[in-house]
Amino acid sequence: MRGKLILFTIIAITMTVLLMIIGCGNNKSSEVELLGAGATFPYPLYSKMFSEYYKEKGIRVNYQAIGSGGGIRQLLNKVVDFGGTDAFMSDGSLAKATAKILHIPTCLGAVVVTYNLPGNPKLKLTSDIIADIFLGKIKKWNDDRIKKLNPEVGLPDSNITVVHRSDGSGTTFIFSDYLSKVSKKWREKVGRGKSLNWPVGLGGKGNPGVAGLIKQTPNSVGYVELIYALQNNMPFATIKNKKGNFIVPSLKSVSLAAQINIPDDTRISLTDTDAEKGYPISSFTWIILYQEQNYNSRSYERAKATVDLLWWIIHNGQKYNKELEYAPLPASAVEKAEKILKSVIYNGKNIL
Amino acid sequence: MERIFFKFNKEIFSKRGDLKIAPLNNTYNWNLRQRIFNIVIFSMGIFIIIILAGILITLFYGSFPALKKFGLNFFINKEWDPVFNKFGSLPVLIGTLLTSFIALFISIFFSLSISILLGEYFKKGGFSNFIKTSVELLAAVPSVIYGFWGLFVIVPLIRTLEIKLTLPSYGVGIFTASLILAIMIIPYAASIGREMIELVPSDIKEAAYALGATRYEVIKKVILPYSKSGIIAGVFLALGRALGETMAVTMLIGNSNFIPKTIFHPCNTMASVIANEFTEATTEIYTSSLIEIGLILFFVTVIINLIGKYIIKKFTIETRRENG
Repeated sequence: MRGKLILFTIIAITMTVLLMIIGCGNNKSSEVELLGAGATFPYPLYSKMFSEYYKEKGIRVNYQAIGSGGGIRQLLNKVVDFGGTDAFMSDGSLAKATAKILHIPTCLGAVVVTYNLPGNPKLKLTSDIIADIFLGKIKKWNDDRIKKLNPEVGLPDSNITVVHRSDGSGTTFIFSDYLSKVSKKWREKVGRGKSLNWPVGLGGKGNPGVAGLIKQTPNSVGYVELIYALQNNMPFATIKNKKGNFIVPSLKSVSLAAQINIPDDTRISLTDTDAEKGYPISSFTWIILYQEQNYNSRSYERAKATVDLLWWIIHNGQKYNKELEYAPLPASAVEKAEKILKSVIYNGKNIL
Repeated sequence: MERIFFKFNKEIFSKRGDLKIAPLNNTYNWNLRQRIFNIVIFSMGIFIIIILAGILITLFYGSFPALKKFGLNFFINKEWDPVFNKFGSLPVLIGTLLTSFIALFISIFFSLSISILLGEYFKKGGFSNFIKTSVELLAAVPSVIYGFWGLFVIVPLIRTLEIKLTLPSYGVGIFTASLILAIMIIPYAASIGREMIELVPSDIKEAAYALGATRYEVIKKVILPYSKSGIIAGVFLALGRALGETMAVTMLIGNSNFIPKTIFHPCNTMASVIANEFTEATTEIYTSSLIEIGLILFFVTVIINLIGKYIIKKFTIETRRENG
């Protein structure tokens, strides 16, 4: 008797597990739950947006902040409805995809140069000084070039400790993208990427890791996301932009950096732009999705829900940006994003 | 497959007579239960082998592009440049070995003292239990907590030291990571050392005492030589642990891919470079190089562990033979 019972239990458990697996793979219940994965940078904003969206429309969105690279990979493997990325996909990686991938900008982020100096003074820096500090060429804080720009600051005669991200990240990509544009030496020696072969310095994991090292190490300098610096009251440098104006990084000056001609696919780097009052180390962050939404036997409802969600993000959702200290999209970018969303199709037919 | 189990079943249990054990149930049910039980335990055992083989195959398969492209240069190349797709593991290899061996060197003094204390001085009693539990607790503390503690306590201390020695004052670096690693691996070496010291037969110790040896002389001339290889084995197992430690080391080593000039410089280890960079590694060769580092780490730890196990096994057999 007991033997049969055990056998029965084993069969019952197996059946349950199998049912669960089948159930997950074939989610055709009336309640669509959208799946997204990718960049960690906009995660706080997305989770706020998605929870508000659930309250409004009753559609759940599950976004996993696994990093931009992971988001792209998961979209290429077609296991998510959309991906999130801080760096737009290159032509090369777009060519590798089996179908056309679209980029929808959702908000703007910026990277600031933060430091730990006695008295936390306000520093002014130019692109070539930043490049030379991170290349290890400027070794001391009281270097003539820094002193000349900041005559009122008492700069110490001590070595600069450079702190960078140790993990691959969109923040590093934006920062190195900026330095590659403004410095030939940087472009040739280091280049742009999510992880770099750093010429000098210490690595910290994530924004908290870099911030922690900077706070602890006297005379250090590093880069973190603007939001992180704002939330943690860290000092950051005012940086001279391409037009020669010294710009304080703020939500406004970051949005202003996007006041330029944006290409139709919105894949553009916003570092070192021609914008008069724009902060030079800014960037869009994107949600990426397939133009043809019918893949992996996705239902029409699911495709429609995905597009509706993105439409909401670039319109109604934008009001949450400021609240969470993300720079909102400028009108020109919203216009382009609308056009892209209207081009999304299901079985060749427009969804919107 | 089932036939093998059944055969196994018969061989083991036919002599004992299953009716005696379960007289109330009929034989058929008993056999069925036994069979299910056997199938379960057998498949669990095989499952483990499959998992290990699976990991190895995955690592090989994943690192194939890097193996093909860089070959043996992977071990000599100093550069780790994800932008220009040049990958060499020399800095992380050096970083891993340096941190682990420095940690080992520091921890030996502690673990040896603790194993002598617990194996010879306080074999039983409250004090012994107290130390034993404390040492075990050291092993139970999650490594991220060691990392935090190191960051807030050890790093400022090291930085003060570096300023006094007029070295570049990073605070984080190889030495800092090794210190924390040393604390983390004490329990492993200490508990094996204690067991080995307890294995020393009391008659030879008594013989030494009878010859007029002091306690120090007994420890130095009898106990330590006798349990030497066992203690070394414990040290090897601790080394295996130190090599693979990720979280605490990542937080404290400074994560820069240079060949260090001094032990106070920041560096990187194999485990921490994987932890840091794998999620955002997008190109094939980049991912593959990281997996190859994983493969190297896998082999290094497996070999170190096997050496440790072999020494322990040899030692215990010798001791038994001598005792018996």
